Amino acid sequence: QTKCFFYRSHIGEQGEGARAVPLAGHVGFDSMPDQLVNKSVNHGFCFNILCVGETGLGKSTLMDTLFNTKFEGEPTQHNQPGVTLKSNTYELQESNVRLKLTVVNTVGFGDQINKEDSYKSIVEFIDAQFEAYLQEELKIKRTLHSYHDTRIHACLYFIAPTGHSLKSLDLVTMKKLDSKVNIIPIVAKSDAISKSELAKFKIKITSELVSNGVQIYQFPTDDESVAEINSTMNSHLPFAVVGSTEEVKIGNKMVKARQYPWGTVQVENENHCDFVKLREMLIRVNMEDLREQTHTRHYELYRRCKLEEMGFKDTDPDSKPFSLQETYEAKRNEFMGELQKKEEEMRQMFVQRVKEKEAELKEAEKELHEKFDRLKKLHQDEKKKVEDKKKSLDDELNMFKQKKTAAELLHNQAQQAGGSTTLKRDKERKK
Amino acid sequence: HCGATGGEGGLVGGGGYMKWLEVNSSYSSSAMSEAVVPDATVSPAAGGPYGEKAGGPGVDFSYVGIDAILEQMRRKAMKQGFELNIMVVGQSGLGKSTLMNTLFKSKVSRKSVLATAQEKIPKTIEIKSVSHDIEEKGVRMKLTVIDTPGFGDQINNENCWQPIMKFINDQYEAYLQEEININRKKRIPDSRVHCCIYFIPPTGHCLRPLDVEFMRRLSKVVNIVPVIAKADTLTLEERDFFKKKIREELRANGIDVYPQKEFDEDAEDRMINEKIREMIPFAVVGSDQEYQVNGRRLLGRKTKWGTIEVENIAHCEFAYLRDLLIRTHMQNIKDITSSIHYEMYRVRRLNENNTVVAHANGVPEHHLAAHEM
Repeated sequence: QTKCFFYRSHIGEQGEGARAVPLAGHVGFDSMPDQLVNKSVNHGFCFNILCVGETGLGKSTLMDTLFNTKFEGEPTQHNQPGVTLKSNTYELQESNVRLKLTVVNTVGFGDQINKEDSYKSIVEFIDAQFEAYLQEELKIKRTLHSYHDTRIHACLYFIAPTGHSLKSLDLVTMKKLDSKVNIIPIVAKSDAISKSELAKFKIKITSELVSNGVQIYQFPTDDESVAEINSTMNSHLPFAVVGSTEEVKIGNKMVKARQYPWGTVQVENENHCDFVKLREMLIRVNMEDLREQTHTRHYELYRRCKLEEMGFKDTDPDSKPFSLQETYEAKRNEFMGELQKKEEEMRQMFVQRVKEKEAELKEAEKELHEKFDRLKKLHQDEKKKVEDKKKSLDDELNMFKQKKTAAELLHNQAQQAGGSTTLKRDKERKK
Repeated sequence: HCGATGGEGGLVGGGGYMKWLEVNSSYSSSAMSEAVVPDATVSPAAGGPYGEKAGGPGVDFSYVGIDAILEQMRRKAMKQGFELNIMVVGQSGLGKSTLMNTLFKSKVSRKSVLATAQEKIPKTIEIKSVSHDIEEKGVRMKLTVIDTPGFGDQINNENCWQPIMKFINDQYEAYLQEEININRKKRIPDSRVHCCIYFIPPTGHCLRPLDVEFMRRLSKVVNIVPVIAKADTLTLEERDFFKKKIREELRANGIDVYPQKEFDEDAEDRMINEKIREMIPFAVVGSDQEYQVNGRRLLGRKTKWGTIEVENIAHCEFAYLRDLLIRTHMQNIKDITSSIHYEMYRVRRLNENNTVVAHANGVPEHHLAAHEM
């Protein structure tokens, strides 16, 4: 027999009756954040970025610029029919931090004549990563802490620098993605737009996103240490970026830039473009929040929908202990039942087909028999005809023979009766 | 750790360097093309390993800022706070509450009230769980101390570990239930017992059968940290002898106490943990009274023959215990609980339902492992 007493007080986030106890000296658990960080450092980090945008908007170049390295050997082949997603994983290290970075690129997005289904392969890809994680989470023997997380943490949406407004493809795609991934819209190749046009463009884009109800990622403002910078940056969205891995000498420094006859666009110059803002937000300030939002919001939503789709329900607390097992079992029986039904159907179909074939064959056989009979009859008729003919010929022959015999007999009789007849004849002949 | 985040130029002094390897690359497409894996190459993109331009005029430290994630994690941890659940098990009068109060330098555990003779010995084992919010240098922690009054106090102590095992498993169960919910909380409240401190009476000889039985069973479901209680009754020689004997007995009975050998992650871990394994069980003395010693105020126990300084490692091993539990291995204790003990419980639990169902359906068990969702 056990008596359990629970006196619980909660961490005072909502300030509900927290029972704080003062410490009389240094205990030492202030090292916990360090312990946690050390563990993560040993473990390494994972970050996955998806770049969505039409061909030629500089997605690969921007990734190279962001992470200060040349990711790919050759430029992508653009010869596949639909929209394909190409994913590459790299291990980067900076001081003691090891990062497993996965960059996923959409190849052929916006190239098709009919773009209605363009967003589909992107959504499928994102869902597939959620599914893989869900499968791992639901396994009986699982290894979540060493699982290579491939879920997309940030989606950089590249907007073409037209200067006018968003394309309908952009709106449709972003609307389909906003509940599945953190979207950060950026204006690509923004050195093609003048400063004043850019300001108008940004306003237009933002208002179109709002009026179409597209939820883009907001940099979090609940933590005072970063609230200010994040809310400032939120107002600069979408970031107008320029990417370049080539370097140009400005003054006595080598900087990343794009050189034109009329001037040089410096990538890391905040007056020229928002690249530094993007890098700051994406990597240096909010990488962890992006990962957390993906896990606690987007993944949970996917998981909830998927489980509900499969027929699972949270039942009331009393029957909870077994509801999941029972549902598993029910699902399994259902599945087996369906399998059996399908099997039965297939068997029926097979039997049916066999019968039909058999009937066909019988039919054919019958025809053959009939043909055979017909031919046989024909043959017999012919034979009969021929035999008849033969008979009649034989008869004729016989008659002829008879006649011949009779004639010979007569002839012989005539010879014996009077050779004179013959002589007479001869004489007549001689005359 | 690289210092300030870059401003306009993104140039930061101090050794951030980039090196990369291409690990793998895969194609996934609606047209189902074949996966192409290019050769893994290692070639720094921009000159030498320190990001210097080979032969360039100025040294350009190409700092990306990936290591800023450490700071981001720290911020998040500070904001969320931590949870720690410690259980103390041992007979009455071994100083469990005092030790807890000494460890956390506050009244986190109520000493059992000295009641009348009738009330004193509980008829059954109780499980008392008390939570407190404590804060140190901006780090907030919800500490839950789980006391087990009545353990080992009866004449017949058979199965006295049962209610404790049940409690531990109930916490795992509660976590599992929340985890398999469809609508689940953002942060699942963690009431799982991270660590169970087992108090060994300072007899100086060997472990009692009760001690062996309890630790044998519970080391399979929870991290056990055995301590020699009230160690100020043992001389140093007696203490060393006792410890050696205990270690032998633990080994002989196959009892794996924390830190368990099989969970050492790498050589560095093993080295650190081996040192600890050679020292356990820690011989501890607890006190919440301060005394003046050599001009300093120290926690201690004052006797006629001297003052035992609790935090002095020449006197007792309290400081080692504190360092292990709180300052160095707290995260590790929680990790082992969640990724090993809890997972084992989960596997058992999910399998036992499958078995029940399987037998009902006449399906042999080995088919079930494959049939996951």
